[in-house]
Amino acid sequence: MQTGGEIPEIPGRPDERDRPRVGVDEWVASVEDRREHRAGIAGLARRIDERLPPWALLLLFAVVAASLPLWMGRGDLFAYGIFTLIYVLLGLGLNIVVGYAGLLDLGYVALFGFGAYFYALLSSEHYGIHWPSAISLPVVVVSTALLGLVLGIPSRRLLGDYLAIVTLFFGQAFVVFVNAANPTVRGQGLTGGPNGIADIDPNDLFGYELTTRREQYWFILAVVLLVLIGLHFLSESRTGRAWRALREDPLAAEAMSIPVNRLKLMAFAFGAGIAGLTGCMFAAVLTAVTSGNFALPILITIYAVVILGGIGSLTGVVIGAIVINVSFQFLAPENPQDNARILFYAVIVLLLVLSMRPWWRLAAVLGGTLAFGLLAHTLVEAIAPSWTAGAVVEGGRLAGVVSDWVIIPAGHDDFANAAYIALVVAILALTRVRGWWRTALLVPTVYLAAIVWETSFVEQPAVARWILFGSLLVFLMTVRPQGLLGTPRVEIV
Amino acid sequence: MQLPLAFNAELFIQLLVNGITLGSLYALIALGYSMVYGILKLLNFAHGDVYMIGAFAGYGVLTLLGGPLSPNIAIAPLIALMFLAAMVGSGLLGVVIERFAYRPLRDAPRIAPLISALGVSFFLQNSALLLFGAQFRSYDSFILGSENPEFFEPGPLTDPLFVVRNVNVQLIQVIVLSTTVGLMVALTVLVAKTQIGKAMRATSFDREAASMMGIDTDRVIATTFFIGSLLAGAAGVMFGLLFSQVFHFMGFLAGLKGFTAAVVGGIGSIPGAMVGGLLVGLAEAFAGGYLGGRWSDLTVFGILILVLLVRPSGLLGTRAIQKV
Repeated sequence: MQTGGEIPEIPGRPDERDRPRVGVDEWVASVEDRREHRAGIAGLARRIDERLPPWALLLLFAVVAASLPLWMGRGDLFAYGIFTLIYVLLGLGLNIVVGYAGLLDLGYVALFGFGAYFYALLSSEHYGIHWPSAISLPVVVVSTALLGLVLGIPSRRLLGDYLAIVTLFFGQAFVVFVNAANPTVRGQGLTGGPNGIADIDPNDLFGYELTTRREQYWFILAVVLLVLIGLHFLSESRTGRAWRALREDPLAAEAMSIPVNRLKLMAFAFGAGIAGLTGCMFAAVLTAVTSGNFALPILITIYAVVILGGIGSLTGVVIGAIVINVSFQFLAPENPQDNARILFYAVIVLLLVLSMRPWWRLAAVLGGTLAFGLLAHTLVEAIAPSWTAGAVVEGGRLAGVVSDWVIIPAGHDDFANAAYIALVVAILALTRVRGWWRTALLVPTVYLAAIVWETSFVEQPAVARWILFGSLLVFLMTVRPQGLLGTPRVEIV
Repeated sequence: MQLPLAFNAELFIQLLVNGITLGSLYALIALGYSMVYGILKLLNFAHGDVYMIGAFAGYGVLTLLGGPLSPNIAIAPLIALMFLAAMVGSGLLGVVIERFAYRPLRDAPRIAPLISALGVSFFLQNSALLLFGAQFRSYDSFILGSENPEFFEPGPLTDPLFVVRNVNVQLIQVIVLSTTVGLMVALTVLVAKTQIGKAMRATSFDREAASMMGIDTDRVIATTFFIGSLLAGAAGVMFGLLFSQVFHFMGFLAGLKGFTAAVVGGIGSIPGAMVGGLLVGLAEAFAGGYLGGRWSDLTVFGILILVLLVRPSGLLGTRAIQKV
């Protein structure tokens, strides 16, 4: 024991700055105030979302979305229009289970697959059954909802993590069943094995078959709007409030005489019903289903949709679906790489513009990166010309500029790998430094990102998009768990 | 599906040997899940991918030292080096993951770290795909010991060490089993006898109270991640040695099975993870041997669901009492 000496100062916790400031009274009291003055794109989006009445938001979305086919080509309408709507629907369904009720359902994508396969069985050449949509859609929706109910039964006993793993197994079991088990029914494989089921009928409106992309788009849009309206009222209802109470604290909810188990099952059934409905339209639009459409990557994508926009927010899901699907399609291998390249650099600049303040810091980073790149390129070219001899993948407006700025060696596999690892390290280091150090570190990081883009991501856009979505989930959870539009959780300890 | 007409003792014993080997591998993975769950109540979905990275680290050492066809140094130190690199690499990766993906979420709602873990798992899987490509990387000829791939020639590792009535026990199986037992004994001693082990037990019992007693819980949690991931890295190299191939997607299924083992044995319990691992390995080997390969995974998951529904705390776990 020290006697007579100075009492040493109690050291602060090393991670003080990163800790969520929940539980601090004045912080809690000033939530409303901060929400009003929130700067940046999130604050703006939030204010628009809060100030406009829901019907005005819906009208805005409906008008913009409905006019899409008038100026978009057929292929673009399929990739950007129809798929965005599919993701909106999937996100809305998952939002009920995860966003409202707070249950982590990792088997959700299997319910989507069940709906698609069931619709395919009821309306295709596979068994020669051709039910009209007016009958098959309700049948599929109700049976998927029932399956969701069955899947939800373990949730009565199992707490969060166990539920997650059981549903994950269910999702895996679905893929194995469809792909490998493929039991023989009436002389042929029920699910068609790895080949899936082809020649699926389009949806029809009381006998009128929706065969063109425009008709299909408008049909799905109408369904999306109906679901949005229904969910808005559901979330404002007694049930919706009870779900949120359940999410925040199941024990307290139970003490308030909320029937917790029944509500969990209801959330599962509602989410599953929407997934089944989406499956019908997905199968009808694609005219074929295979198990690969319902595997883990799609689940991650749906989670990214829900989390990016903000868990529990309808507007958030729509925005999340648009952002995720557009970036998804831009990174499709078929897409001309120059488009993806323009989007990539635009997003980096946009992110910097939105997050850097004041303006001279932003200018320092942008100018510094340009100068750094030119300097590095010139130096490397002078020392070892073969290191800058690599060709830029696919020409285009930006390609010429890029080839004079980014170091691309002739044979660049090892270099690309090293650059990728260096980029990951640099990004991790960025989260640990503050102030001018961060600004200084940003310059090489952005330049590294450009190198990685030009040397590896451009060649494997499909892998790149999964990497980006995976990092997006981690990034959002650590930096902004409530997403763009969700309500931050305020906890009073 | 056909059942064998007569009971075949040789097949049974062979499956038993294979099952124990496989089971010790799952037990190592399960330990990582179990330790992390015990201390943080977090299901670390990325654990399977840490195991995959461990297997690739072992492959990296193999390639650096001349490749599987003609290694530059003797086999015993080579294997030791592979294990060392995989264990240290995986351990550090585990610490980095904890620092950047989980620690900021310590006080967040339960669902946030789970989603973060899902993201890390997906990130690691696809990073491996980007860095190492989609093809299977092979430890192959190194084990088969054949310079010419057309002739199968048992190498030093797959050479039957001893044969009892047609039952082969390979050197590699003995290595795997003894390494596993050694690691588990070391872990048990570490947790039971050392100061850091005591701190780990205290932290897992009550994190807040432990930090009030002057335990640096952040450091303890980081150590737990290091040890758990280190075991997974060792399991990764073992998988490579046993099945001679590593690929970017191998962590997913192995992670699920390791988790099954952890749950079956009772999550949070170290002996439980060992028992669960053996059980899962035996179940898989016997289901594969008697019912056919495509049923083995479904059997394992069937066991999991049964255990979860009947006895959610596992075979050796203690029932969690929820305090309000």
